[in-house]
Amino acid sequence: MLERCGVRSIEELYADVPQQLRLKNGYALPAAKTEKEVRDFFDALGAKNKQLTCFAGGGFYHRYTPAVIPALLSRSEFLTSYTPYQPEISQGTLQYIFEYQSMMAELTGLEVSNASMYDGATATAEAMMMAAAATRKRDTVLVSATLSPAVRAVINTYARYHGVTVREIAADNGVTSLDDLRVKLAEGKVAGVILPQPNYFGIIEDLTGFAEEIHAAGALMIMNCIAADLAVLRSPGEWGADIAAGDAQSLGMPLHYGGPYLGFLCCTKPLIRKMPGRIVGATTDENDNRTFVLTLQAREQHIRRDKATSNICSNQGLMALHTAIYLSLLGPDGLKEVCDAGMNGAHYLADRLTATGKMTLAYPGKPFLNEFAMKCSFNVDNLLRLCLENEILGGIKIDASTILIAVTEMQTKAEIDKLVQLVATSNLE
Amino acid sequence: MSKTFFSKTHEYVTVDGENAVIGISDFAQKALGNVVYVDMPEEGDEIEAGEDFGAVESVKAASDLIAPVSGEVIEINEALEENPRLVNEDCMANWIIKVKLSDPSQLDDLMDAEAYAAFCASEAAH
Amino acid sequence: MNNEYYGKLIFELSRSGRRGAAIPDAGCPQVDLPTHLTRAHTVNLPCVDEPTVVRHYTNMSTNNFGVDTGFYPLGSCTMKYNPKINDEVCAHHAMTRLHPAAPDESVQGALEAYWTLQRCLAEIGGMAEFTLNPFAGAHGELTGLMVIRAYHDSRGDKGRTKVIVPDSAHGTNPASAAVAGLKVVEVKSLPDGTVDVQALGALLDDSVAAVMMTNPNTAGIFESNVAEISEMVHKAGALMYYDGANLNPMLGIARPGDMGFDVMHINLHKTFSTPHGGGGPGSGPVGVCAGLEKFLPNPRVVKKADGSFAVTTSPDSLGSISATLGNFAVQLRALSYIMSLGNEGLCQAGPLATLNANYIKESLRDLYKLPIDRVCKHEFVFDGLIDKSTGVTTLNIAKRLLDYGFHAPTIYFPLLFHESLMIEPTETESKETLDSFIDAMRSIAREAATAPECLKEAPLTTPVRRPDDTAAALNPRVTWNDLKTSAQ
Repeated sequence: MLERCGVRSIEELYADVPQQLRLKNGYALPAAKTEKEVRDFFDALGAKNKQLTCFAGGGFYHRYTPAVIPALLSRSEFLTSYTPYQPEISQGTLQYIFEYQSMMAELTGLEVSNASMYDGATATAEAMMMAAAATRKRDTVLVSATLSPAVRAVINTYARYHGVTVREIAADNGVTSLDDLRVKLAEGKVAGVILPQPNYFGIIEDLTGFAEEIHAAGALMIMNCIAADLAVLRSPGEWGADIAAGDAQSLGMPLHYGGPYLGFLCCTKPLIRKMPGRIVGATTDENDNRTFVLTLQAREQHIRRDKATSNICSNQGLMALHTAIYLSLLGPDGLKEVCDAGMNGAHYLADRLTATGKMTLAYPGKPFLNEFAMKCSFNVDNLLRLCLENEILGGIKIDASTILIAVTEMQTKAEIDKLVQLVATSNLE
Repeated sequence: MSKTFFSKTHEYVTVDGENAVIGISDFAQKALGNVVYVDMPEEGDEIEAGEDFGAVESVKAASDLIAPVSGEVIEINEALEENPRLVNEDCMANWIIKVKLSDPSQLDDLMDAEAYAAFCASEAAH
Repeated sequence: MNNEYYGKLIFELSRSGRRGAAIPDAGCPQVDLPTHLTRAHTVNLPCVDEPTVVRHYTNMSTNNFGVDTGFYPLGSCTMKYNPKINDEVCAHHAMTRLHPAAPDESVQGALEAYWTLQRCLAEIGGMAEFTLNPFAGAHGELTGLMVIRAYHDSRGDKGRTKVIVPDSAHGTNPASAAVAGLKVVEVKSLPDGTVDVQALGALLDDSVAAVMMTNPNTAGIFESNVAEISEMVHKAGALMYYDGANLNPMLGIARPGDMGFDVMHINLHKTFSTPHGGGGPGSGPVGVCAGLEKFLPNPRVVKKADGSFAVTTSPDSLGSISATLGNFAVQLRALSYIMSLGNEGLCQAGPLATLNANYIKESLRDLYKLPIDRVCKHEFVFDGLIDKSTGVTTLNIAKRLLDYGFHAPTIYFPLLFHESLMIEPTETESKETLDSFIDAMRSIAREAATAPECLKEAPLTTPVRRPDDTAAALNPRVTWNDLKTSAQ
């Protein structure tokens, strides 16, 4: 090979790299490990983690993953393939993305979905930039105070650098204030309004009248949703939203300490050209066979460069496959059962915790699905520490006296009762 | 009576009094291939000579529309929203925007049909 | 294989009443929601049993090409083999069930893995610190540019609004700059594809925030002037950004930090062999030189004095660019790869990738036009066939390669040449694989001379042929609902 290249050593192929830039003695990295040693290394790391019964949510939930999903995801034709730029040898990827898009459009009640974004927070930030691009000459986005703080933090970062002004819509008893929305819309220049469903406190917000106000002001209505909950909740399309964004982790994706998950982004058809990311469309091939291709590519970064609607190239391809398989396996009834199991468990747990006399719902009377905020008569840290000693992740601390607790189909009644028992019988003061 | 001028970026301006229509030349539409979308400004927008005011997209390329003259957009060709391929069928009849010229002297910087034909011939030779 | 029945859309396989999974139920009392908050209609999802789902998606997978199927000579994409041990360790149940909000003391193993990978990447990049939060290369670029803006802002240097990008750069560079609120200025390349240092010098002033470079550049040429360029850029008060898309050939050879770069990103799905997954999930860690650490995005993973690991935030940070610590499972795969190769393996990867690229280049230069005739690094560019009289284009060549069982190279990029055909073999291909690819390319060149019309019909053997892209773009049908509606 060297002879073909006209050199005597590989070193000669690097003659153009100046000596003073060269790495002299290799890296300060460990020596190569055999496969067994790599396995041992990761086993040892794994042993340092604690496996907990998970009552934490905050947008990410411990959900059941049917065995079919990892089996199909590990098919190397899916796992090791590149972005489907060559449709002739990528119909597998293109078809599952088309199925994914169809299912997400159905869940959100909107006409169009893209091929997926990184996660729910970045998808919502992209929705914000999309609204600014679609409405032109408007540079303000209103964000509800009841949207998850983690999502708001990402929106704020993107907005600050991109040149969008973010203003907060006040919360009123745990839900977005329609009065405050009216006031801020009236101040003008609003490109979009971002509303959560359910919100950070687990509350299902009644958005009656919101779309009318937002559209009358010439702005777009953006909803940040938890994907699985859309099986039972009134959809963004039904509420009159123009864009829906959020995380699809709730659709049976392993928690995996933060990822990979999937951000979904759906919109009405007139907005399709302002939508970032890849989109798969149906067409026919030379023999009139149904064929799927990446379409509307001229909007994207590899062609439009600095004028593209976004810089995104990668999507979460394999997680879109996960989503399509999950939704196929569960079907409409299974997905509703997932929501019901979490909701029934959460309401049962909330009732039992209230009955201890030490905790009360933070927003009594507000409807919720599988997650709820509780006020505690003790410091939340005390409960979380006690839970941890009992191999339970008890929830997420909102402040010293408020905790956010989630239930899914994964917790048994015995595990729910154990948490109640801990609160009832322990001194948490 | 109207007169047509061309820019080096292959847009044309056909002037009629103080108004003009702007589109892309035959050379440009051929180079681009099947047009699938025309991104147009809105009525009332100001365009500035030398700055882009939209884009013409084919399947795998996008070409910025560079304003040959400055002015206010008084009409957009809505037929292109429904059928962008009209640009391929007859690019001169299917202009993209109509503007009210703010500085007619800018036309002096553009080419007439004859000069533009020679310019295209030299471009094609590259 | 393309089974007529299972190859349909999953919606077409739906039969009312069927389902493919049972849901655990704790048996808590049934609760009902107020109807004005619920959907009017049940979600229209397919109703299918488990074997149907499995056959449908398995059938679909056979219409796909992956690294495990065959060779990808895909320039600037670094499609190397993905070792299976990496998939196994990331699927370990001790890692998959951790909630991102779990307290630090319960996730010490995960944090140690995260921190160890940060340190390995810092060593390989010659950087002080890394964050693994960015989800992909483009996300890393955006994050890196935000770091740069945060740095200038912290010094009260508010007038730096431009980023200089070579005209050979990936389209993502200018797109990322625009998202970060920066204006893009292009600098021309010289005929050999390298940056025109004089032209760059003329653009440098106090309005420039950064210069983004890919080194080796997208033509596979090492920018030998990089140290000189770094000095000029730093003198002008701007920072140097390294696009890590082409880091692979530099493994074991030189580190971006030593070349003078201040900020860089790495594509774990390229250089560190995590699978591309049909377009993701990827991972785009960002490294910074000493002095810029505090601007990295929140949250951060640190090692404490007592040897334990913690998640922290910094008030000087640019903010958050993700709700979590990134695509953790992808990070675990990359760590597994680094542990497997070790120092000696990584140091061999770069040189072997370069040898493979030069071998292909020299084996085909008599038939394919080589516009930049010099030693390349991990990739190089042909400008179509030497004999252009047949009218056979780069697109024809790429499509014909599919018939020969190879993925197509990157085509019509970089934009420096009309018929760009960009080839990157990576170090994981054997000489036999390279020779079979070379044979295919030579055979295609012969076909171009003898039967050009046939070549223009390629591909001939793929599951579908020559899709109508124009129809797809003119009338976008992007859901099953669209298909049903248009069929009526």
